[in-house]
Amino acid sequence: MTETAQSALLEARHVTKIFGGGLFDKTRTIALEDFSMAIESEPPSITAVVGESGSGKTTLARLLLGLADSTSGEVLYKGKNLRRMSGDDWRSFRRDVQVIFQDPFEVYNPFYKVDHVLTTPVEKFNLAKSKQESRALVEDVLHTVGLRPEETLGRYPHQLSGGQRQRVMVARALILKPRLIVADEPVSMIDASLRATVLGSLKQLNQDFGISIIYITHDLTTAYQISDNIIVLYRGSVAEVGDVELVVRQPQHPYTRLLVGSIPLPDPERRWAAEAPAALSVKRVDGRRCKFVDRCPSATDVCLTGVPALFQTNSYRAAACFLYQGSPVLKAEEMDRVFVEAPERRGVRRPDADGGRAAATG
Amino acid sequence: MASVPTAAAQSLPVEPSEGGLGEKLRGVLGYMRRNPPLIVGLVLLLSLLLFCGIGALVYDLNRARPLSVPPGLPPAADYPFGTDNQGRDLFAVMVAGTPLTLRIGLMAGFIGLFVGTVLAFVSAYYGGLIDTIIRGVVDIGLTVPGLLVMIIIAIAVKGNLSVEQMALVVACLAWLYPTRTIRSQVLSMRERAYVQVARLSGMSGPEIIVKEMLPNLLPYLLASLVGATASAVLASIGLEALGLGPLESPTIGMTLYWVIYYSALLLGMWWWFIPPIVIIIILFVGLFNLSVGLDELANPRLRRSV
Amino acid sequence: MANSTVNNGAKPDILRVEGLRVYYDTPRGSVKAVDGISFALKAEERFGLAGESGSGKSSMALAVMRMIKPPGRIAHGGVWLDSRNVLALPEEQMQRLRLAEIALIAQGSMNSLNPVMRVRDQIIDGFRDHDLLLPRREMEARIHELLERVGLRPDVADMFPHELSGGMKQRVCIAIAISLRPKVIIADEPTSALDVVVQRQVMETLRKVQEDLGASVILVGHDMGLMAQFVDRLGIMYAGKLVEVSPVADIFTTPRHPYTQMLIASLPSLEEKGEFRGIPGLPPSLLDVPPGCAFHPRCPHAMDRCGTEEPLMKEVQPSSWAACHLL
Repeated sequence: MTETAQSALLEARHVTKIFGGGLFDKTRTIALEDFSMAIESEPPSITAVVGESGSGKTTLARLLLGLADSTSGEVLYKGKNLRRMSGDDWRSFRRDVQVIFQDPFEVYNPFYKVDHVLTTPVEKFNLAKSKQESRALVEDVLHTVGLRPEETLGRYPHQLSGGQRQRVMVARALILKPRLIVADEPVSMIDASLRATVLGSLKQLNQDFGISIIYITHDLTTAYQISDNIIVLYRGSVAEVGDVELVVRQPQHPYTRLLVGSIPLPDPERRWAAEAPAALSVKRVDGRRCKFVDRCPSATDVCLTGVPALFQTNSYRAAACFLYQGSPVLKAEEMDRVFVEAPERRGVRRPDADGGRAAATG
Repeated sequence: MASVPTAAAQSLPVEPSEGGLGEKLRGVLGYMRRNPPLIVGLVLLLSLLLFCGIGALVYDLNRARPLSVPPGLPPAADYPFGTDNQGRDLFAVMVAGTPLTLRIGLMAGFIGLFVGTVLAFVSAYYGGLIDTIIRGVVDIGLTVPGLLVMIIIAIAVKGNLSVEQMALVVACLAWLYPTRTIRSQVLSMRERAYVQVARLSGMSGPEIIVKEMLPNLLPYLLASLVGATASAVLASIGLEALGLGPLESPTIGMTLYWVIYYSALLLGMWWWFIPPIVIIIILFVGLFNLSVGLDELANPRLRRSV
Repeated sequence: MANSTVNNGAKPDILRVEGLRVYYDTPRGSVKAVDGISFALKAEERFGLAGESGSGKSSMALAVMRMIKPPGRIAHGGVWLDSRNVLALPEEQMQRLRLAEIALIAQGSMNSLNPVMRVRDQIIDGFRDHDLLLPRREMEARIHELLERVGLRPDVADMFPHELSGGMKQRVCIAIAISLRPKVIIADEPTSALDVVVQRQVMETLRKVQEDLGASVILVGHDMGLMAQFVDRLGIMYAGKLVEVSPVADIFTTPRHPYTQMLIASLPSLEEKGEFRGIPGLPPSLLDVPPGCAFHPRCPHAMDRCGTEEPLMKEVQPSSWAACHLL
């Protein structure tokens, strides 16, 4: 990996997270296995991490946010290991990396009005010098996400809809002008007609404010709509990665094909095709073979011999599948090489730390 | 369990209520109608307090002291509750003694709850060695018979106990149970999403405890206070009945002590032992109902429903 | 039976709902969860009832089963199963009807399986309640057959719910629901907590058992994609009322009611990246439904009439009904 003067904003290096497996605990779950990913702050992008339950995507979110420790491997913020950061480093980290959680109910303390989640970061990070400034800041971000302060502030969480609550959370993330927002299933608990507004706000954050987003979800359709690049996780490992247009429209990994094929399309003319049965009948899937081998309709004997590497089949995609073993191997740490830069994003203005704006170096 | 479809409740964009005090009062009274134990408890305790309050205004409480009235008389016009063998007017004793007993209970309950809350938060939020130590002390302490410990403490305190010192003796053990119960509440709260959000917003540990967790715990703490008070009252009555209490105060427990000392039961002096027993019953039924009613208030499932 | 075209009058109505109103009495007023719904379900038909949260669809499902508990009540209307008046039956007869003729797979039912009973015993429970217990060997055979129908291995009968995955638990719920071969199966959000791959398996299972039994299914939910994949006819609910009922292909190609149109427009597609088009405003509180057409505050085509007069369902095309003053 080329040593650059400026390290990536947030980086995971060979991160593994195992739950259980202690002395008395027979159930040992490998939530995430040898995962590496680097997120640069330039240019700001939206990367989707897609997987079903048990794929490790929530674990990944927690690890990246510093809410949990990895079993092995490290998570680095600007080159510094999260485990060895000072108090100041953490403050800086919390300003640069923010989160939007899945549940629009639980994230609010029922004792306080919704103003509380907006004013707390302003206070804690000294973003305003007076009450008026603080209020102005809060109203400004609410306007940005399309909410009217007079209809939102002063209310208790239960008086707002799920969509409004989530947009307040987006506003809250915006207040700190972070470089990266980790959005963990931000719309899965919101009504369909309100989802579009929340997703629109997120997209706007990326386009107008130059904020990178990691969009974690199990919903391929919204992932496709909002992101530039996609990482598909299966049982803790990367199955496929690359430009979202390529991966979703022409999936190469059999698991991605299964995922895409299972999406209920809102089109009665195109109903689900019959699911292809597994090619091999395999009793157990342990660490030394492809994890999908017991369900894969294209599996062959080579799939039992080892874990497939990421084979780069195109400048903008790679799949961890022996079907593509003829292609060059992509090292895990360099996964972002296949990421595409959305053309409209080059040269976007990015706000720097003290609120000024600087044009991104292209 | 709300039978109203929760989805409907969640999507209700309710207008913020305009009313000030008037509407709040109506809301409170409406709630109370749906919570019978709360009303029963409040009514019983308030009547007791009323009894003491009015009694203090219309009656001469100096007659609660020994040798103030002719001894051993059954209830009559001059002495509504009769008199005891040491010349105390029993009506005055009840009116004067009940608040004293309550005070002991409240003080001990408060101290116990306060200490318990602090220890519970520290133990649950920070975990690790501190948690193990505190939990260990609590677990062991709760298995030791409390009355025994308090007897030893009471004996060790030389000289005559005042009411306040009585409260402190009882408070020595009153913090154990609250620590355990509040700790489990804090443990579950610690994992709530809004606590995580607060962490990510830059709040420190103690700040999160005080600003995020404590306000949500207040109803539960209130219910625990009532429970702690009730057990403190019981403990103090027990100690006093054994003769280890403030000998010169006309508390309920001390009255029982004199009842036993003078064999009032055998002498058939029903006017001496019945009033304190009745007052104890009213007190405990009241406290119990109040705590059941507050428990329901504190139950998070009840809150935020339509 | 793939996309069965709906032939008016070709199949008899197995379930008829007319003017159903379900109100919940709260201290703040009546929550009108279902406010005048009428529709008919044909034999062997898959009917979808789509609506967002707060549209009253779950209350609809419970009302048809007569399982509304206080403070809810069925304020008005009729439900006829095979020309029998369900709402007028004495409770004993209603109990015999449930599971044997009309079964419900309730929302979150996979989490309501009894954790301390084996799957086999939970299936037997249904038989026992209807006095249909068979001698042991035959019972076993029936259980195996049921499990096979839903694609589960026979040894699942010996397992406890916590040993099963989400999809397997849901299929057990389907097995219980079809154990007495009902004529109507109501499935309320049967796949809401499941992953997309498992969801597909469960829905395919549901389709298969429905076809095998010749039963009808009412699928209640909010996922329009799922409706498109599964149902023959679709009804759209808004604020306790039905705003449109049509064959599913028509709903997606030519939606007639503005709400349906905007709902379909807001669905993200896999074809191309587009704008994010939500529906402005918020769904109304069921305590305080707007007068006239409930959708008029959010409707881009609202006229004066829409605020005062409630539109009635009109048959815009054969078998296509919508309630809108524009039509």
